[in-house]
Amino acid sequence: MHEMSLMESVREIVEQTARGQGARHVVTVRLEIGALATVDPDALRFCFDVVMHESVAAGARLEIESIPGSGWCWDCSKPVTIAEGGMPCPRCGGFRLEVTAGTQMRVKDIDLGPEEEISTCA
Amino acid sequence: MCVTCGCEATAHLPDRNHDHGGHDHGGHHHDPDHEHAQVADGSQPGSRGFGVLRPSATRTVSVEQDLLAKNDRYAATNRQRFDAAGVLALNLVSSPGSGKTTLLVETLRALTGVRHACVVEGDQQTSLDADRIAATGAPVVQLNTGKGCHLDAHQVGHALDSLPMERGGVLFIENVGNLVCPAAFDLGEAHKVVVLSVTEGDDKPLKYPDMFRAADLCLITKSDLLPYVPFDVARACANALRVNPSLECLTLSVVSREGFAAWLAWLEREASTVRLRCPALAAGAGAVA
Repeated sequence: MHEMSLMESVREIVEQTARGQGARHVVTVRLEIGALATVDPDALRFCFDVVMHESVAAGARLEIESIPGSGWCWDCSKPVTIAEGGMPCPRCGGFRLEVTAGTQMRVKDIDLGPEEEISTCA
Repeated sequence: MCVTCGCEATAHLPDRNHDHGGHDHGGHHHDPDHEHAQVADGSQPGSRGFGVLRPSATRTVSVEQDLLAKNDRYAATNRQRFDAAGVLALNLVSSPGSGKTTLLVETLRALTGVRHACVVEGDQQTSLDADRIAATGAPVVQLNTGKGCHLDAHQVGHALDSLPMERGGVLFIENVGNLVCPAAFDLGEAHKVVVLSVTEGDDKPLKYPDMFRAADLCLITKSDLLPYVPFDVARACANALRVNPSLECLTLSVVSREGFAAWLAWLEREASTVRLRCPALAAGAGAVA
């Protein structure tokens, strides 16, 4: 359920950015969510429309870019890929792993809609 | 507005002193059927001149902001307050029913006269836990999250306003019973302490890895019940270490008192490290209560 809180943060960040740019509507919101982040991307997708309702990003599209997890294996003394939390080192099968990347949850960028509604004369 | 040049849709205002950069408005009208001739240099009419608002396409704005940035700012402020006050702040997290409040009550009793302690109680509803804490004589603030599933650093910051923290003391923050959501929210604590009771499964660290990864200490509680439940302490610790190799594990019972002294010793050790973070204490300016 903390996905709702996180999505409210997304809304705040998006609204603040759009306001700073003088934009009135946002058409796409792109997030970067690490594979080892403390949130499930599908749960975020589920909340998106509800939380963005009546905001500058109402009706916007949500794109989530997944960032793979990686870490350092103390037994191999090498950087390794960590597919998900609790998984062993793919090289030696050990668990002495230190996560170095893939925990981020961030708004990467947003697409702002056209500034003016312009009618054609043709 | 005309999509071609941006002028008003039905009437071209004569008093506008501007240049249309090559496309002639002499015979320009906005009736439906008409063509705009291409200008000599090949550009579209209106592409130069007085800077009309064109039907711009969408544009991408880089944001690069953390979803938890706001919470983390409040957490940093809380952490500064703890360090300035010379207080060890611990965030107790677990599933509901692991025995956090009972552990706290017994810990507060043990600390009475030894070390100042106060409590922030987080629950969805009621002040039942705060009442139990208050009965020990420790200052306590109850936070009700309502529909919220975790405490955040902003709520805790407000709770601190009405808590008397003393130099050398301990602040226990008992989070909402939930082994998922509170993992993401830094409250400014020195350590998250995850509580796992033997009436739960010893595979919980694997099923809820985020919380065990976020914690620095795992307390396995209710060890007096081990003869009656199929909980394997060694397996639980091994599972916890799989997700967090630097996690410390202690097994205890507030009923049999097994392991309780080790928990108090851990508290003493950590409370003494606060001196290193607090410049005033490190310089010997403050007395530990």
